[in-house]
Amino acid sequence: MAYVENTTAMNADFEERLEGISVAMPRDFLVLLKPRVMSLVIFTALVGMVMAPVHLGMAISAIAIVCIAIGAGASGALNMWYDADIDAVMSRTSTRPIPGGRVSPSEALAFGIVLACFSVATLGLLTNWLAGGLLAFTIFFYAIVYTMWLKRWTPQNIVIGGAAGAFPPVIGWAAMTGTVSMEAIVLFAIIFLWTPPHFWALALFKAADYGKASVPMMPNVHGNRSTQIQIFAYSLLLAVSGVAPWFLGFSSLGYGVIAILLGAEFIREAWLVLRMDAADTKMIPAKRLFGYSIFYLFALFLALLLDALFAGGAA
Amino acid sequence: MKPETVEMSEQQKRARKSRNIAIGIALALFVIILYVGTWAKFGANLFNRSL
Repeated sequence: MAYVENTTAMNADFEERLEGISVAMPRDFLVLLKPRVMSLVIFTALVGMVMAPVHLGMAISAIAIVCIAIGAGASGALNMWYDADIDAVMSRTSTRPIPGGRVSPSEALAFGIVLACFSVATLGLLTNWLAGGLLAFTIFFYAIVYTMWLKRWTPQNIVIGGAAGAFPPVIGWAAMTGTVSMEAIVLFAIIFLWTPPHFWALALFKAADYGKASVPMMPNVHGNRSTQIQIFAYSLLLAVSGVAPWFLGFSSLGYGVIAILLGAEFIREAWLVLRMDAADTKMIPAKRLFGYSIFYLFALFLALLLDALFAGGAA
Repeated sequence: MKPETVEMSEQQKRARKSRNIAIGIALALFVIILYVGTWAKFGANLFNRSL
């Protein structure tokens, strides 16, 4: 009898262990890195590196970009580890690897920590420790300050947390020069001021989702009207900061013209959001602004890149 | 008596094999990155040391 009980208990234990064996595929771990965010990080960091007055050669530059991208991916994995409960109840994120049951939380945590350590150490050793330190701070800021603290606590979450997304061009600049100067700070400011209108446009038409997950986004806490006004205010600041590289003298007039046109269109889109009826359920202007904001940042940084390469901007 | 081993499903075996290959590739890339990076950073100075 005792033998039968022991065997049954042992089999139950095996079953449990069997269920615990991962079915995660490599692509699931790739998804943990948030590849779309990574692509923006790679691009903005590249612009910071190209604009820098000092260059370390192709090999080191390419490795620096890889390290910055992996570091950003690590913070994405740590974010998905901590936010799995929120992700599970939001339609946009419910199929992510952890709520989807393909990757266990402990796998995601280990993956994020290992990548963070290796990316910071490699960047620090092969470029300089200011760049390595900034990358470490960015990961800390995104995973701890934003994800664990700000996101569930204040509607200013993405305003302050936006700093994490704004650091990559600064890290790229620091990797090349070993310093942080005005040009890098302006690039930081552009992305920092871009984040609120970008995410609040999304939060307007995904308010129900955020409400379900109890994330205190601006529309859920202070209402649509207040969010629309703040989107417009930040859009004005963004349009001015977008032109700053020209009037501060480290980009050409050609860039200045492009930045003015892109900024004017951003303000127009934000104006349409401001005029949108707060009770509007379709939220077409908010969806349009969200889409345009992605194009705006890409086009502005592309203009900076081309300006630095062909018109002698910055460097 | 049932042997004291855990029999994995086909899906689990396939996933483990894929992960092993991915880890192998990632490690190889890491070694290459360090090798190339060290050469690019130090160049011939690697050999310029007191013996």
